[in-house]
Amino acid sequence: MLETAAPLYDDLIPGGSHWSFVMRKGHVLRLIDETGHANVGMLMYNPENPLERYNMPDTLKNQHTFKLTKGHVLLSDMGRVFASIIHDDLGWHDTVSGTCDASLVEQRWGRKTYQQAHNHYHRNGLTSFLNELAKYGLGKKDLTANLNWFSRVKTDDNGNMSYVSDHSHAGATVDLRFEMDTIVVLHTCPHPLDTVPDYPSHPLRYQLFKAAPVTDADLCKTSSPEATRAFANTALYHLMQ
Amino acid sequence: MIKESSLNPENAAFRETVPAGEYFLKVVKAGETLRILDLEGNQAADTLFYNASDPTERYSAADTIRTQGNVYLTAGSKLMSSENNVMLEITADTCGRHDTLGGACSAESNTTRYTLEKKCMHSCRDSWLAAVTEHDDLGLSKRDLTHNINFFMNVPVTAEGGLTFADGISDAGKYVELEAKMDVLVMISNCPQLNNPCNAYNPTPIEVLVWS
Repeated sequence: MLETAAPLYDDLIPGGSHWSFVMRKGHVLRLIDETGHANVGMLMYNPENPLERYNMPDTLKNQHTFKLTKGHVLLSDMGRVFASIIHDDLGWHDTVSGTCDASLVEQRWGRKTYQQAHNHYHRNGLTSFLNELAKYGLGKKDLTANLNWFSRVKTDDNGNMSYVSDHSHAGATVDLRFEMDTIVVLHTCPHPLDTVPDYPSHPLRYQLFKAAPVTDADLCKTSSPEATRAFANTALYHLMQ
Repeated sequence: MIKESSLNPENAAFRETVPAGEYFLKVVKAGETLRILDLEGNQAADTLFYNASDPTERYSAADTIRTQGNVYLTAGSKLMSSENNVMLEITADTCGRHDTLGGACSAESNTTRYTLEKKCMHSCRDSWLAAVTEHDDLGLSKRDLTHNINFFMNVPVTAEGGLTFADGISDAGKYVELEAKMDVLVMISNCPQLNNPCNAYNPTPIEVLVWS
């Protein structure tokens, strides 16, 4: 799946932080839970027209799934594929629980300011997203339901949700192959349903690779007729490049 | 949870029938009660709510289900905003379960869900886009079209992480009632979807009632 064995780039984002960058079509973003118990909030936008953004409902209903794992594609609201999940060690990632805001973080883990703790102050997911979005001229109106990589929220027969606290482990890896140029906004703030006693602060290692060409037999492209049609829409978008 | 209302439609301050394929826009004031009535059964009312005085605050599906700890909406559900304030509370529900994970149909999602050739068929997002472009004064645009509620739709989630579009559990005359906790702008697309068996390929009208 990867054309190059050695990453083009390797970086570590500390726990409780935020960052963003543009992924280019044909490249892989590898997310690695460096120490275990990570949560990585993520949003995605088309840099050419950021009104096109990751769409949780379209992603789930097209693939008849509540969880995300290897073989699934991450769809935009325009019927196209931002990224394909080509590798996953965990089998389940959450995209329905949203993110933590300042009041939730303070309620659960207390307030810790920059003046008290310098860069270990308690950041929250919502403010983190808004901080990164502002770098692209985006804001509150552009927030959508986000991905929570490495986190699992399951439901019972009556729809009751529960957070699985021991889901991820050190070294757990997810590979996302980008099928379009994509603004990737991410944070390493706690999952909003995590109830560990101390503010969970776990770093994300991420690496960039050049992807091998996508074949007609590709796992993600052929995983469902819906995914195949989303790939066709994406190919049309790139037809005149 | 099935819970009947004691409100009498004859005393409603406002009643309007919304045909399939049309949008509905109205401000409902704090303390007023809104009823959405499924007139013929198994219709989907794709609904968004905004804080009427600051529409950047809007209904949030993720914050709503996480706060109540359950993926389905029914009587007792508090509908949370993107700022984690209660916008409305479901006070009566004769259907028993409503979806907020499945989103709305759009021209583009029709291409992926059905066939690429369905792209020009009418969709909920086109109704909402008509609503926001025909009402400039609201200051809304595509950016504001967030994840909605599908009143009367049944989208079961399985313990294994599956998601299915099951046959509707609504029927003619079933309704859901909501009490506004702030002044809210209600924006409904009465779904025109012709490709989905869950409405028997037959979109039908709804009625909207408001009690002061």
